[in-house]
Amino acid sequence: MLKQRPFLVEILTAVGLIVAPFVLPHLGFAPNTVNRILVWGLFGLGFDILFGFTGLLSFGQSAFYGTGGFVAAYLLTRAGFPNVLLALVIGMIAAAVTGYLVGLIALRRTGIYFAMITVAIAEVFYFVEFNPLAHWTGGENGLPGVPTPSIDLGFTSFHFTTGWSLYVFLAACYFIGVVIALRIVRSPVGAIFSAIRDNPLRATAVGHNIHGYKLTAFVIAAAYAGFAGGLLGSMQAFMPPDAFMFDTSGQLIMQTAIGGPGTLFGPLVGAAVWLFLQDFLQSALGLGAAWKLVLGVVFVLLVCFLRRGIIGGFIDLYALVSGKRKHREPAEEATTALTAEEEQKVAEAEIAKEPDAPAMAPPKRSGDNYSGPILQATGLTKRYGGLLANSDIDFTVNHGELRGIIGPNGAGKSTFFKMLTCEIPPTSGKIVFEGRDITGMNVTDVCQLGLTKSYQVNQLFTGLTVRENLTIAALSELRGKFRLDMFRSLDSIPGLSEQVERTLELVNLTKRPDTPVSELAYGEKRRLEIGLALATSPSLLLLDEPLAGMSPRERVETVKLLKSISKGRTMIIIDHDMDALFELAERVTVLQEGRVLVEGTPDEIKNNAAVQEAYLGGVHGELDA
Amino acid sequence: MINWPNFVSQLFNGLALGALLALISSGLTIIYGTLGVLNLAHGAMFMVGGYAGYVAYTYTGSFILAVIAGSLFVMILGIVMERVIIRHFYHRPHEDQLLVTFGLGICFVEIVRFIFSSQSQIVPPPSLFQGITSLGFMFYPTYRLAVVGIVAIALAVLFIVLYRTRLGMIVRAGIEDSVMVDSLGINVYRVFMIVFGIGAMAAGFAGIVNAPVVSLTPGIGDDILVQTFVVVVIGGVGSFPGAILGGLIAGEIISITSMIDPSYAYVMLFVAMTLVLVLRPHGLLGTQGRE
Repeated sequence: MLKQRPFLVEILTAVGLIVAPFVLPHLGFAPNTVNRILVWGLFGLGFDILFGFTGLLSFGQSAFYGTGGFVAAYLLTRAGFPNVLLALVIGMIAAAVTGYLVGLIALRRTGIYFAMITVAIAEVFYFVEFNPLAHWTGGENGLPGVPTPSIDLGFTSFHFTTGWSLYVFLAACYFIGVVIALRIVRSPVGAIFSAIRDNPLRATAVGHNIHGYKLTAFVIAAAYAGFAGGLLGSMQAFMPPDAFMFDTSGQLIMQTAIGGPGTLFGPLVGAAVWLFLQDFLQSALGLGAAWKLVLGVVFVLLVCFLRRGIIGGFIDLYALVSGKRKHREPAEEATTALTAEEEQKVAEAEIAKEPDAPAMAPPKRSGDNYSGPILQATGLTKRYGGLLANSDIDFTVNHGELRGIIGPNGAGKSTFFKMLTCEIPPTSGKIVFEGRDITGMNVTDVCQLGLTKSYQVNQLFTGLTVRENLTIAALSELRGKFRLDMFRSLDSIPGLSEQVERTLELVNLTKRPDTPVSELAYGEKRRLEIGLALATSPSLLLLDEPLAGMSPRERVETVKLLKSISKGRTMIIIDHDMDALFELAERVTVLQEGRVLVEGTPDEIKNNAAVQEAYLGGVHGELDA
Repeated sequence: MINWPNFVSQLFNGLALGALLALISSGLTIIYGTLGVLNLAHGAMFMVGGYAGYVAYTYTGSFILAVIAGSLFVMILGIVMERVIIRHFYHRPHEDQLLVTFGLGICFVEIVRFIFSSQSQIVPPPSLFQGITSLGFMFYPTYRLAVVGIVAIALAVLFIVLYRTRLGMIVRAGIEDSVMVDSLGINVYRVFMIVFGIGAMAAGFAGIVNAPVVSLTPGIGDDILVQTFVVVVIGGVGSFPGAILGGLIAGEIISITSMIDPSYAYVMLFVAMTLVLVLRPHGLLGTQGRE
């Protein structure tokens, strides 16, 4: 949505900001109101990156708004600092540093805890401003006499005082803020932000250090808040202590939700609605203090019925009117347009066609010179209380091998995989990957080393498109687990689009790269699940029941796909479909009750009495489909 | 030199505040534990309880009736809120639940402000508990002592309901795994409604019991909500014993710090919360894996 023509959004923003002073007065906006809207909008740009894009709902943004504002105001009033612009920047840096420190604590937890901790921290700032720091901040009186900015260019100087004159300065700040925010959102960092919002677990598993990125988003939001806080003081010629109040954070959240989170412009629109209604209800309708009640009700209704806010509502409406609707319909419809017969033909043709994409060779990694087995687990045991999920498993896989793992339900197959990818730590035992002991490492680092898995239950970034999904996975291999290339465009990363295209071809999704994941058919989601693991270019790929829940036709297709992926790659596959597995795998390991029952070639396994006992006659006595 | 009577009196203040916070927090925590919804309107419900009691007191002059009216009104408010709005949010993201309860909280505060204005209202303590009591070495307001007792009784009742009744067993099972409870043939949505009602009632009861100690303003719930969060983070989300322990700790921290320098009360509370987060991220009595 924000990725149309280059600079389109930037140009529209600039035009809008230039036109605003000529249009808004006719709609009943006073210049000071417009200026306040811009300050809220700038404050909200950072918050939207944090909440709308990264999915972190902080109730404590007032802490950074106030910090930036008071640092700038103190410098300009008490410290006699002459340069307003520089003071604003120092305030912004102070807020960013504060944001970093607060983020270290608040981001220890997620979701509801995160919200509660940010509230509590912001409240501390409020009380600290009021009392212990009252000597510097003026306590409940705030800091009066903050000057307005002026820019001296040597030959001429601009002084921005009040009203539309100040508007020019604020609009310029807002414009720069938008340009920076758009760059961040369109950068690899921005892509990972939305991955964190959609599925933090998978973002971690494909090799991104999400804690680092969350902290980045938090600091960005704090920096925007700090700068906006400084502008507030300068605009009002007074830095009010209520910048630190919980109500400030609350108003920001409500404005963002009203305007539309995840759109960058939502907070601006929300602020316009908020301030307009406030004036309108108070003066025109004479509602007095009840204006906030009306806004509260409007807010609740919007959250209930229009989750994506006003801008989101308009986007949906536009899509509806401009006939883009078919885009939003479920994937099945596209195929049911064909008759069953045609569909069958298409499917057969697709199956018959050898994927022309060359098998993606895993990149060179440090472990490549190692010549021993790619994976060696010894004595791997996992105990949950009294339950022994895995006990004393020894397991070795060689380079280039395609290993199958079968076993009745509850044999501990998935637990075994989780330990291999370091999602859960083993109770005892050791895992060596390419000669390196990875026991006790985390899933992100292990993925960066070249070991990852596709999940038994789809773990996709459901709000994003197929291409965006694969991009996020590919980024981890191309950029490492953490990198702050916030101003770099996604297109400028060498090898990224090639890798995404290759993966699309490998998992046979070339026809639907721009479809949102939520609209894919089940089989397509399943293939994308494998694609996500594949796009990280693993040297060892684990697949947890890749065929689960597929129709017979999809199975044939997927087996074909797995075969082509396995060229030049080591894979371990868990599945219940024995025919498929016996066809694919060179060797098969059978797990039963958390132990290795037997290991051998498919033929050996088929004829093994113990295996037949386990599946047909043993304690479990069930034949898994 | 420490002024001992002052110190002991602050200990009592801490106990009274702590007991109150424990009661409000247990309401918040059982709602969150069972329904998975963090009710940001909880502070506003505490405030509404005070005002509902105030109205009942003005009309009847009976403090007991005021307590009953305050608790029942907020319970009904909670049930209506759950039926009409919250239940549509069970399957929506946590962020939406936070937003909607936050918005509802604002609506409650503004409705009360609309009706009663921002001026503070006074509910006098019941005649039985007026005046001060001699504790031998110091004097202490009788009603504050009574608050400790009243809240302790309320907590005991809540404990009995949660740990000694069939409903309580279902609620506790629901905190562990509400899907499982549902599949056992228990109408979990009805349980949700009852839990929301009980949790809201705890806040409303605390609101009216606390009313004679402070003066009522529409914004009275905001601070309490923040303190409740700290209590819940310290004690562990979803844990009833954790809420009680966390409440007492928070209450004592606030009053003892206030004795030395009131402006640092929140800072110390925050330091305590940070320590818990660093040393025991899931709270003192919380269990791992409940997010």
